[in-house]
Amino acid sequence: MRRQLPFFFVFLFGTFMVIQYFVPHEISERAKEFLLDWIIIIGIFALALGIWSLIHVSVDKINKRKPNWEYAFVTLVGLVAMIFFGFTANISVSWWTYFAALIVLLISLWLLVQGILGVGAGATRSKEKFFAGIGLALVFTLIAIFDKSWAFHFYTPEGLENSMFKHFFSDIMVPLQSTMFALLAFFISSASYRAFRARNLLATLLLIAALIVMLRFTPGPWGDLISKTSTWVMNVPNLAAQRAIVIGIGLGMVATALKVILGIERGYMGKG
Amino acid sequence: MLRPPLRRGTRNDVKQLFQQARSVSALSLFILLSLFAIVRAQAPSDSTAQVITPASVTGLTAIDTDNDHGHSITVKWTPSTDDGGGANTVLGYRVMRSRSPDGPFDDTVGMVPLGSTKYENSSSIEEGAEGFIPDYTDFYYRVDALTGDPAVFSTTEITGPVHSFGQWFNKGLIPVLFAVIIFTALTVVFVSAAKKGKELYVRPLAGIEAVDDAIGRATEMGRPILYVFGLGTASDIATIASFTILSRVAKRVAEYQTTLIVPCYDPIVMAVAQDIVKTSYMDAGRPNDYKEDAVHFITQAQFAYVGAVNGIMIRELPATNIYMGKFYAESLMLAETGVVSGSIQIAGTDEIAQIPFFVVACDYTLIGEELFAASAYLGREPLLLGSLKAQDYAKAAVLVLALFGILAVNFAADLEMDWLVGFKELFKVID
Repeated sequence: MRRQLPFFFVFLFGTFMVIQYFVPHEISERAKEFLLDWIIIIGIFALALGIWSLIHVSVDKINKRKPNWEYAFVTLVGLVAMIFFGFTANISVSWWTYFAALIVLLISLWLLVQGILGVGAGATRSKEKFFAGIGLALVFTLIAIFDKSWAFHFYTPEGLENSMFKHFFSDIMVPLQSTMFALLAFFISSASYRAFRARNLLATLLLIAALIVMLRFTPGPWGDLISKTSTWVMNVPNLAAQRAIVIGIGLGMVATALKVILGIERGYMGKG
Repeated sequence: MLRPPLRRGTRNDVKQLFQQARSVSALSLFILLSLFAIVRAQAPSDSTAQVITPASVTGLTAIDTDNDHGHSITVKWTPSTDDGGGANTVLGYRVMRSRSPDGPFDDTVGMVPLGSTKYENSSSIEEGAEGFIPDYTDFYYRVDALTGDPAVFSTTEITGPVHSFGQWFNKGLIPVLFAVIIFTALTVVFVSAAKKGKELYVRPLAGIEAVDDAIGRATEMGRPILYVFGLGTASDIATIASFTILSRVAKRVAEYQTTLIVPCYDPIVMAVAQDIVKTSYMDAGRPNDYKEDAVHFITQAQFAYVGAVNGIMIRELPATNIYMGKFYAESLMLAETGVVSGSIQIAGTDEIAQIPFFVVACDYTLIGEELFAASAYLGREPLLLGSLKAQDYAKAAVLVLALFGILAVNFAADLEMDWLVGFKELFKVID
């Protein structure tokens, strides 16, 4: 029964979504929107599971002093700091109480996680760590809520507009992501070198086609012939192959969807 | 050219010259003033006299928009004779709507440029949305032909009453419905044949056959296997196909007692993958070997995810990297790092733009539909093989129809083959 019920739901909602595609009526649209909202709701709960998974893996790495455990520590601090900066705003003149609050929060969370993981693994003094973490978190929260002179406020518009959050996002996150993306240029160079080696007839054809297409975008006395040949390469053989793949993908998608709806394919339930 | 020598003038000559100049100046001034007076006199009547009221649009009709969710009315008309011809004064059309034939008419419904013959007055299904059109409520429409002068326009007779309502079937999708029915029937037929024990031949796929060898290699080397889903969510078909492949891989990994690492981008994918791997270990009879951290969440930031997975590759040096699912710009970054770490790499994606990157950097690549067929190849179950056969026959049908389509588009009109023109129309999909 535990396994049959999910298959029944998959059949029910899968069939509904197929029928819904052909029914444009308002009722059908609203039902579709209602079902799609569930993906968002499940996603939010799953995100909590995801964050817990990340914490679990990182704490385990630190506790066991696995190679490069320091990075796991940076991950945890970054995670907590970004959440803290995102939800709070510094309202005092000085910044020290704000950062002191962050450090208290980090210690409290560290004790909590250590306690929870330790209880499961049967480690010593895990309960003490857990309760110490709870106590610290409680004190922290009470002060934050009731004492307006404290350095930060929860859930205020300032929390989202907080300069620390913006600084961490714009000055650390964005440059790091841009750097990673920029590396793609070097990866393309090394991959091109490997792809365009004329080892056999097909690789030689690929090299010639690539040279024609690349030459088109370089300034040089190539004339109209290169431009026309390049356009032909892109629009005729290239597009024909792409369309063939797209037709195959389309049929494969429909076949997979049918297999899932009819219960033939059960791999997603671990019953492959 | 030589200039004539300057003649020293007498006093009389100068006087005469001066008088002539004065008379010319007076005449010029008179002409200028006359022109100014004429312009001034004409100016007030210029704007009204030059823009002529255009002919009204004709044949105005308003009907409920077909094949939709309701809340939409389509207004059609024959353009004014002064639109692109005649006095050529029409600049566009203003569609106006009212709940009563006597008005008042709402002039903010819509404007369309000259040459237009219809306007779809539609709104969201949400009550309270801007311009909301309630279903089963009568409306009246009229269309004004506009000119460059806001005060000069012509208006039509009022049409109505008309009301909108939603349809229960989209007739524009009839070809799609037929295709789905035929494909489902093919699948059912071949699955039934496979159930009865009919031998079905399927072409071997190098990428799939390499999976077992790759797991064996990892076991011999004592290194882990890295399985990457890419950036797909659990609702992507590519990810669903990847779940099935993971379940086979995890079962084999459990049998060989090798380590599996599955870093996830999407938390729902992580939760499903954890369940799949756990079940596979149980099926293999090694539930104690399952480690929850084998499948873990990383982040939902694309390049941070790439950084983390690349870090795992460099630190753990997996013997085999398997990329199956939805990939975007990160495909080449992952695969090239895998080359550097010396891993055997098997990839499969339905993202057309990423396939070349995987072909270049990986040892084996499942191209497009091969990703969806992989589960059938791995399991060799008759039911799954039956659906593969249905796919093959559907592809053959598409090929034949494409040939007819080429003939219909290129030659049907020239050869006056009406049946072929009609054949082309059968495949017209209106979404």
